Amino acid sequence: MSTTAPAPLTAADFGSDQDVRWCPGCGDYSILAQMKKVMPQLGISRENIVFVSGSGCSSRFPYYMNTYGMHSIHGRAPAIATGLKSVRPDLQVWVITGDGDGLSIGGNHFLHCIRRNVDLRVIMFNNRIYGLTKGQYSPTSPLGKVTKSTPFGAIDNPLNPLSVAIGCEATFVARSIDVNIKHLGEVLKRAAEHKGTAFVEIYQNCNIFNDGAWDYATDKATKADTVIELENGKPLIFGKNKDKGIRLNGTEPEIVELGKGITADDLLFHNEKSPEPTLAYLLSRMRHPEFPEPIGVFRDVDAPKYDVELNRQIESARAKKGEGDLNALFNSGETWTVA
Amino acid sequence: MSTTIAPEAPATHKEVQHIPSATVRFAGDSGDGMQLTGEQFTRTSALLGNDVSTFPDFPAEIRAPRGTLAGVSGFQVHFSSTDIYTPGDALDALVVMNPAALKTNLTDLRKGGVLIANIDNFEKKDNEMAGYEANPLDSEVLEHTYQLFKVPMTKIVREALKDTGMGVKEIDRCKNFFALGLVYWLYGRDMEPTARFLQEKFATKPEIVDANMKALKAGWNYGETTDAFASSYQIDKAKLPPGKYKNIMGNVALAYGLMTAAKLSGKELFLGSYPITPASDILHELSKFKNYGVRTFQAEDEIAAICSAIGAAYGGHMAITTSSGPGIALKGEAIGLALMLELPLLVINIQRGGPSTGLPTKTEQADLFQAICGRNGESPVPVIACRSPADCFDVAQEAWRIASRFMTPVMLLSDGYIANGSEPWLIPDVNKLPKIEIKHPGPIENGDKFLPYKRDELLARPWALPGTKGLMHRIGGLEKQDITGNVNYEPANHQHMVNTRAKKVENVALEIPLQEVEGPASGELLVLSWGGTFGACKTAVGACLNQGLSVAHCHLRWLNPYPRNLEKILRSYKKVLIPELNMGQLRTFIRAKYLIDAQGLNKVQGKPFAVQEVVNAIRQQLGLGSNGQPAREGTGAALAALAAAGESAG
Ligand code: SF4
Repeated sequence: MSTTAPAPLTAADFGSDQDVRWCPGCGDYSILAQMKKVMPQLGISRENIVFVSGSGCSSRFPYYMNTYGMHSIHGRAPAIATGLKSVRPDLQVWVITGDGDGLSIGGNHFLHCIRRNVDLRVIMFNNRIYGLTKGQYSPTSPLGKVTKSTPFGAIDNPLNPLSVAIGCEATFVARSIDVNIKHLGEVLKRAAEHKGTAFVEIYQNCNIFNDGAWDYATDKATKADTVIELENGKPLIFGKNKDKGIRLNGTEPEIVELGKGITADDLLFHNEKSPEPTLAYLLSRMRHPEFPEPIGVFRDVDAPKYDVELNRQIESARAKKGEGDLNALFNSGETWTVA
Repeated sequence: MSTTIAPEAPATHKEVQHIPSATVRFAGDSGDGMQLTGEQFTRTSALLGNDVSTFPDFPAEIRAPRGTLAGVSGFQVHFSSTDIYTPGDALDALVVMNPAALKTNLTDLRKGGVLIANIDNFEKKDNEMAGYEANPLDSEVLEHTYQLFKVPMTKIVREALKDTGMGVKEIDRCKNFFALGLVYWLYGRDMEPTARFLQEKFATKPEIVDANMKALKAGWNYGETTDAFASSYQIDKAKLPPGKYKNIMGNVALAYGLMTAAKLSGKELFLGSYPITPASDILHELSKFKNYGVRTFQAEDEIAAICSAIGAAYGGHMAITTSSGPGIALKGEAIGLALMLELPLLVINIQRGGPSTGLPTKTEQADLFQAICGRNGESPVPVIACRSPADCFDVAQEAWRIASRFMTPVMLLSDGYIANGSEPWLIPDVNKLPKIEIKHPGPIENGDKFLPYKRDELLARPWALPGTKGLMHRIGGLEKQDITGNVNYEPANHQHMVNTRAKKVENVALEIPLQEVEGPASGELLVLSWGGTFGACKTAVGACLNQGLSVAHCHLRWLNPYPRNLEKILRSYKKVLIPELNMGQLRTFIRAKYLIDAQGLNKVQGKPFAVQEVVNAIRQQLGLGSNGQPAREGTGAALAALAAAGESAG
């Protein structure tokens, strides 16, 4: 047995020996880097972490992590992860998905995983396009989007991932941006620490099939006006000079300028612990270009978790009835003996 | 608590005829409680020491419109003083609660059989509802062809229960117990087991126990005291192998077998399932046993059901998913994933009539093509089938032994007939059943690389559990390199992996018993069967052997791969007959694999084979005429007359 304490793990220790195969310049690289950086901070050893993914560009993610991992089939990662977490509550389980994988083919599993509040971290790389199948529109592509499968423009209304998650009463909901690396790292860490389903939408640039989809939120010149960073307990203030804010007018948010009789106290204050999902939902409806889009943690509340409850039922049945005895079961009820 | 009893039949003062076996069917409206009546009769007969075999047959609708043909629910029980393997062909006694039940069931009653009808339900509008213009019970032909007993059940029960203070509606609900009591009298059954059942079930409602017991006794007394019934029948105990028995339904036996397999392999059981007829009872059954470590997950859909099981298998549990044909179709992609990941998993299909939604409550064995071929790519999985309700217990263990040994999904086939049917089960001592050995690789501490697709002598890969130090690895649905498991698209590698996965499944044949044959080891004809047709084929071959015919019976448990000696067996007979409740699926495989000109006996009518159908097919293969006629033909005149007298045109 070794007598020296093992050296603390580094980001590099979480990288696998596989070559990363995303296109050069893809936003996925940055997310991978932040994940590897966050991992050593969690104090969980590599063998107790599992990444499960479905299919699509983002779903290659598990191959690049030196943890346990499964690259499964399109859309099904939340269901696989639910089964795994149900029998192995000791593991930290992450689901890596995309806008097509998670909201289209896997939409049903996404809903039910969230409403069950299974203790999983679900990270959605949203690039508003199908990358791996070479550029069809996705359920988050905006109306009118011209792609290979919509040469005349998309005519179906897109889904807003956060609104869907909050509609399912997700207990943890957050948003970050691939190139906003410090913020992304913090959000991933918060997600890791949450108990229950932690849903994170990451704006991810697909520079091959949908380059610039999130430019409005990443462009240095505009982002102070198009993005608003949520801080718990703080008023919603944004703008290069921090001179604009969000105020509630009845049940509708509105942009106001600070000064001229309006102070920070008049603004909407963020409360990620609000027991009702109403505020989080309202924030998720603030979309570009009408509003700055909030990033950060929208909601972080506690609720019963499916995997915990399932295992509690098992334990309480055992405590009440004792460990099951098959021979006793088989011989119970009406039997007869043939001599 | 265990109750072991050997009740004696109550004394009758009338003549008693000893007979070896009998088949009875209770038929009525789906609200008439026929299933409960049949189950009670079965339990009592089993407790009396008869061998029993049952066939419940109910409509797909929960409550079809009253009195209609579509709403008829029936329960058939065959009980015997000898070993039996089927619920019986022709009925010796038929109880009909209304004209619709008469119309849909009379064809199965043998000539001279007992026909008991509740005449109170044969009013003009009841008859019309069933498509009879006149009262069919008035038909003279009916009277001459069968022993017809017209019993005013509703009236008698109302009279017997008039002082209970119950409403007419509630009173009428007890008339199935009157019918049960009457048939108990007819076959010398004890009423005590049913009395006990009622007391347990309605412990807090003594008035219901009392009312049903009154109806039951009124039925028994009706047989004993009215002049109509001259004599009753006695069926002695069957000489079953010694031991303790319990009457068990197929789905319950399967659930017990799965729990036993988990125990024998030191695993806890995880079921991912979505409700579907006729598989849901396994979910219901297993969800009771939390203190046995059984985790059941009712998923949002069939796909999530199997995927959750794959996750649980990855986590190291004994993982299963249960469904029926339509659900298995949805699971196809995920079964492919499990076989690519090479994780152990049981995929259980309780087959029903298809295609599509098909006949949800009727039996069929037409999912064999689906089981063997129903996935994209070269995707072999071992396939095993249960042959009878009690056999499900053994098959569940055998399936898990192979799945865990070979790291593969195994498809387990049962069907609605097995699932809902019941038979006596010789209760095993779990401690004496063979253990199922499962090994997991231990931690690697020295930094060596773990190789997730490094195979053993049978080509199985290691089952490495998350949480084990140093074994971190990634698996997925993409083609992978052997040994390392890394993604690999090279042409030669794909060929190698396809070959390897196929060879691995072929290797299962090395771990399963050699095929046995009942009857001569060579001869004119081999009857080859699988799944739920076991009883009919075994009984038919037995009957033909007794007549000196050169025929043998071979019943397959494994459908993929086949036992190593199957080809030799097939070639030892001049002809091969394969009876199946499909249009020739096993036959197609056997012909393709062995180039043998196997013949089929095929039926897809939502019903099991009658023994006589198989006998006739055997005789036909041997160039002999049929020696017996199905009940329908024996009573053809009666049926024709009834049709002429009663049915409305159209
Ligand atoms: S196609 Fe787009 S999303 Fe996929 S790897 Fe390339 S840049 Fe990234």
